[in-house]
Formats: sequence, C-alpha cells, structure tokens
Amino acid sequence: MSAIQPPEQRIWWKQPIEPLEITWIVVAFIWCLFMFLMMPYWHVFGKQNLANEAYRSTPELFLSKAQAMVDKHKIREETDQKIPVVKPPAGSDVYLVARLWQWWPMLELEAGQTYRLHLMSLDWLHGFSLQPENINIQVHPGYEHILQVSPTRAGTYSIICNEYCGINHHTMVSKLYVVTSK
Amino acid sequence: MAINRLFRTCPMTGLKVHQPAEALIKANAVAAVVSLLVGGILGLLITLTRWQAIHLLPPDWYYLMLTGHGLDMLVFWIIFFEIAILYFAGSVLLGCRLATPRLAWVAFMLMVMGAVINNYAVFRGDSSVMFTSYAPMGAHPTFYLGLILFAVGALIACFVFFGTLVVGKEERTYNGSVPLVTFGAVTAAIIAVFTIASGAIILIPTFFWSIGLVDHIDSLMYRTIWWAFGHSSQQINVSAHVAVWYAIAAIIFGAKPMSEKVSRLAFLLYILFITIASAHHLLVDPGLTSNWKILNTSYALYLAVLASMVHGLTVPGSIEIAQRKKGFTKGLFEWLRKAPWSNPVFSGMFLSLLGFGFLGGISGVIMGVEQLNIIIHNTIYVPGHFHATVVLGTTLAFMAVTYFVIPAIFRRELAFPKIAQWQPYVFALGMTMVSVFMMGAGTLGVPRRHWDITFAGNPLGFEFPGTAHLMMALMGIGGLLAVVGGAMYLLVTVYSVFLGKRIETPGFKTVRVVEGMAPAPTRPAAAALQAHGGAHAWSAPGTFTLAMVFLTAFVLYYFINWKYLSEVWPLK
Repeated sequence: MSAIQPPEQRIWWKQPIEPLEITWIVVAFIWCLFMFLMMPYWHVFGKQNLANEAYRSTPELFLSKAQAMVDKHKIREETDQKIPVVKPPAGSDVYLVARLWQWWPMLELEAGQTYRLHLMSLDWLHGFSLQPENINIQVHPGYEHILQVSPTRAGTYSIICNEYCGINHHTMVSKLYVVTSK
Repeated sequence: MAINRLFRTCPMTGLKVHQPAEALIKANAVAAVVSLLVGGILGLLITLTRWQAIHLLPPDWYYLMLTGHGLDMLVFWIIFFEIAILYFAGSVLLGCRLATPRLAWVAFMLMVMGAVINNYAVFRGDSSVMFTSYAPMGAHPTFYLGLILFAVGALIACFVFFGTLVVGKEERTYNGSVPLVTFGAVTAAIIAVFTIASGAIILIPTFFWSIGLVDHIDSLMYRTIWWAFGHSSQQINVSAHVAVWYAIAAIIFGAKPMSEKVSRLAFLLYILFITIASAHHLLVDPGLTSNWKILNTSYALYLAVLASMVHGLTVPGSIEIAQRKKGFTKGLFEWLRKAPWSNPVFSGMFLSLLGFGFLGGISGVIMGVEQLNIIIHNTIYVPGHFHATVVLGTTLAFMAVTYFVIPAIFRRELAFPKIAQWQPYVFALGMTMVSVFMMGAGTLGVPRRHWDITFAGNPLGFEFPGTAHLMMALMGIGGLLAVVGGAMYLLVTVYSVFLGKRIETPGFKTVRVVEGMAPAPTRPAAAALQAHGGAHAWSAPGTFTLAMVFLTAFVLYYFINWKYLSEVWPLK
C-alpha cells in the first residue's frame, strides 16, 4: 500500500514509529527551539533591534516637526531642488519625511552618537533602505516610527526607496552624511 | 437530474476515474498552463529589464508586467493547478464520483472570469500596483473585482472537494482512512478556506474603497490582513506540492510512507501553525510589538518549519526504503544513483524537493527571524527566496506530475520524450541561478521591484558595487535558461494534449454504474503492528545522511546571517 492508497492498517495511528524518524524529529525540534530562543536572546544581548516605538500622526503634524528641525539646524542646500542638509545635535530627535518621490531633508549625523530617527510617509508606503549598510525599514503613512540609530563609521551613505511607490519609485533616493565628531 | 456515475478504469494505474471529474481536471489544468504561458512571457521581459546591460522595458511597462507576472504565476497558474489536484486527490484517488460537477463548472467559470478581468485591469495600465496592491496606492476597481471573483470560484471548488470526501465516505468507495496524498490535499483545502476568507476581509473593503464607498484604508491594517491572504496562499502551495511529492514517490516506486502517523501529524502542524506565519512580512513595520512578532513569526516555536523538515526526510526516506527492497542496497546512496533520473516525473520531483529544502526553506526561515529581517526586508533577496519555494518547489513539482497526468488523465502519449526528459534539469538549473543570484544581490542591498538600480542621471544616485551588477546579470542568464525550460514544458504539454497520440487500450470500455455505488474495494487482511522495515531497523541511512547535510548547511547559513547583522549600525 502506498501513499495514494488508504493506509494498510486501519489503526495506523498505533503503528510504531521508526527510530530514524524519531531521531530526526528530536534533532529538528531542538534546532527549532534554539532558533526561537535566539530572537529574545538578541533583544537582550544583541545591538540591532527595533524599538517598538511608534505613534499615530498626521502628514501636517509630521511635516511641521520636520520643518522646525530644518529651520533650526540647516547647514546648506544641495542639488537644483535646494534640498536642505540638516545637522541636528547628537542625541536629538531627527525627522525624515518620505513622500512621492523624495526623502526630505538630507541628514548629517556624527559617528559614534545616537539619534532618535523619526520615519513617516506623507502619502503611500515607502521603504527606508540605507546603503551600503543594508538597513531596511518599512515606512507607513500615519505611523511615526522611531528608531535609535548609532552610525559607526563616517562616510556618505544613500537612502533608497525599496517599497514600490509608483512610476517614479526608482528615482526616490537621497544621501545621508556621517561625519567624525569633533 | 440523475447522478452521473460514469467511470472508467485507468489501464495504467488501475485507478477508477469519474468522467466528469476527469473533464474538470483537464479544464483546470489547461487554464493553469495558459496562465503559465502569459506569466512566463512577462517573466522573460522583466528579467531582461532587471539585467541592467539589456534594460529592455521602459519603467511603466516594467511595473505593469511585474504586476501581471506576479498575479498570473502566483495566483492563476498555481491555483488552477491546485484545483485540478484537489479533484484528482478527491475523486480519482478515492475512486468515487465528484460531488456536484455542475457547481464545479460554475466555480471554474468564475475563476476564468476573475483571471480575465484581473488581467484586463492590469493591461489597462492604471493598475500597476504589484501583486500586493498595498493601499493607499489604488488600482482600477476591476483589479479587485477580478481577484474577488476568482477567489469565490476557488472557494466553491474547495467545497466541491470537501463534498467529494463526504461522497466517498458515504458510498464506501475505500476502506479505512483516506490515502496520505488525499490527506495532504485536505490540508491544502483547509488552508485555502482560511486564505480566501482573509482575502475577502481585505479585498472586499478595498474594492469598495476603489469605487468610493469607503473613504480610508489603513496601510498597516491592509498589510496585516493582506498577508494573511498573501502568505497563507503560499502554504496551500506547500501542502499541495508535498502531497504531489508523496504521490510521485508512490507512483514511481510504489513507496509507502515511512509512518502514516508522522506524515499526517506533519500535515496537521501546517494547518495549526502556518496560518499565523504571515506576520513575518511585518517585521520592520511600526506599530507592532516584538513579542507579537516573535510569537507569530516563529510559527509558535517553528512548528511548521518542523513539519517541512519532517516531510523532507520522510519523502526521500520512503523512496530509499522502496528502492532497498528492490535490491539497491549497496552503500549509502545506490538507491539514489539507480533511481530513474531520465524519467521527468521523478527527476522533477526530486529536484523540487532539493530546491525547496536547501534554497527556499533555509532562506525563508532566515528572513523570518525578527532581527535578521532588517538586513533583508524588501531587497531582491525576497524574490530570490520565493522563486526557490514557489517555482523550484511548487511549479517544478506540478510540472513533474503533469508528465504523469498527460498519459493517465488526458490519455495521450507524451510527445517529444527527449525534451521532456531534459526539461526538469534545464528549468531547475535556470531557476536555481535566478534564486541564488537574487539572494546574493539582495545581501548587497539591491532592492526588489526597482526599474533602475544605476539611478542613471540622478545627482543623488547610489552606486551599487560591481558584484551586485554581476549577480543581476547572472540572474538574467539563469532567467533565460528557466524561460527555455518553461517553454520546453509548454511545448511538450500543449503538443501532447492536443496533438499527441491517443492511448487506446484494446477491450477498454467505460462503465456506467447505473444502480448503487461504484464497486467497493476488497478489504486487506489485517497485518501485525510493525514499522516498515521491522520495528527497530535503521532503514534509510542514506536519507538520514542527506538530512544531516541539510541541517549543517542550515545552521552555518543561519549564523553567517547573524554575523552580517552584528556588523551593521546599532539600532534600538
């Protein structure tokens, strides 16, 4: 009797299981258990975790907070679109607006410092993808998501959008500068 | 209306085939193959676009065709084929009539209408919203309407299958419990009901939103419920293709499950735990807690992963035992070396098992780890993973079983046997390249669903490392190879079905069972309680060795990814 026929023994659930199968099930289960415990372990001992801090917000409110930061800490403008570059103080709240099809403003952070980065979209879903670090975060409209980030190395980084957001999705890209602290 | 009780006995397998069921299996399989053809052409064009040196399509066409490719492959090809499998595992394997064939035809017509309407919406050009159609990005109302009609049809088909199980039980067409393959099909159908219900909960309000009756769809709510539909539908595929693996092992080798109990419990674990797995799409979303994410993504302690690891052992294990019984006992692997590698039914199935396990399974678990998802989310690693699960795993298994279905159900000889013999290898090699190089590029940060990773002409553009572009080119070459493999499949199946030589058996008759039931099977003599090779035999050492190789690869790759993660900026 094979798998396309009814089981040979009517009381198939009382048939003994082969030792080979039992061994594999036990080994696989221990591995599954280990993988499960690895996640809480990393929350305690690892350094890369999400904070679970998020608030409901509106596009107007979020944009006004970002505008306030730009007004206070703008250091220069870049490209023809005059996108402000902002250098907020270490440890402060930093706002990054995602909208069709732009990240706004550009940020300049110091290596070795920690910032509270606020991410929100004003319209559709976007994807915050920091390259070449390869940190990827989903950005929603209406949800202000806060991450504590600590840039480690100075350099010029890119933020690309990796959630499809319409016909000009592939043009949604920006810079993020990390400078050594003085 | 009199109940149609037309049966024929398959001269090849001895199975009793109900003719209305046979007609429905054919219709659903043909609709599946047509979807595969359309999806395949779109796949070719988008591959040639992401291969940056060719960069074939303009952006609007690229996003349009990517949307169509996702829907035609992941929804229409696979679900039409799965309905055919349900009717086969219900009616044919139980030797009973299909419940309410007319309703099954209504279901089929609804599904065809849904698929056509949805494709119409996509090709209009105003519904390039991707397979996921995340609100608040909106599509034309017919986009959602097509999906809803298709889902209603599929739901009816699931209930026709459940009804068929009742008919078989009532009319005593089999003894004892349903066969394992049918049990797997039941698993798929139960998950399908959950999936379609979730789809209805999210797509019906979204349809109303698209015509202006609902004014707001929350993006997080949409993603949460949509994935209960989007991911669970992949679990239908897993259950269905595992059932196909067992079926092929039985058909080719007469393999018997190592233990009915273990295999059935593993299917049960799918039903109980896999439906909460969809949360792993939301690991880097705001507004959900880590507790919720960890519990849901680990499928409650990874019990569904455990189930797949069990099937991964028991399917080849049962083949090994059957082969050893035939005398292929030399060393650890004679049973595998002397397997019929030139028979596409077997080679397709075994390559599907390897690809699904080693590439799809391992990468899937790793992406689904809460923290590791940070370095993978929405990169091209994700399509790399699911081309291994859904294409190497499900599609290749379905292709393999087609080579059995053509002579058994369509009763035609397989045309171009040489091409058929090579097809699984060409397709598997191409798709393995697609999937491996996508994963490689994803590890380097290349985004999915992106028209131009060179950011040509953009003053703020990012320059990906040369390796990333190389990987995308190799993916393109793999994609072409896979398209050739897909075309070989289409050539063999379409030619065989419409122009192939009919299989005539002398003295063959269809039997109309006018009164009463289909003839009842004889009951097998009671056998003593014993495991397959005697209670304590270590009966499949070769398979166990393969399983250990798999586990080692799994563990190594798991820790490599933690190493990658530990090197990125600290986040809290």
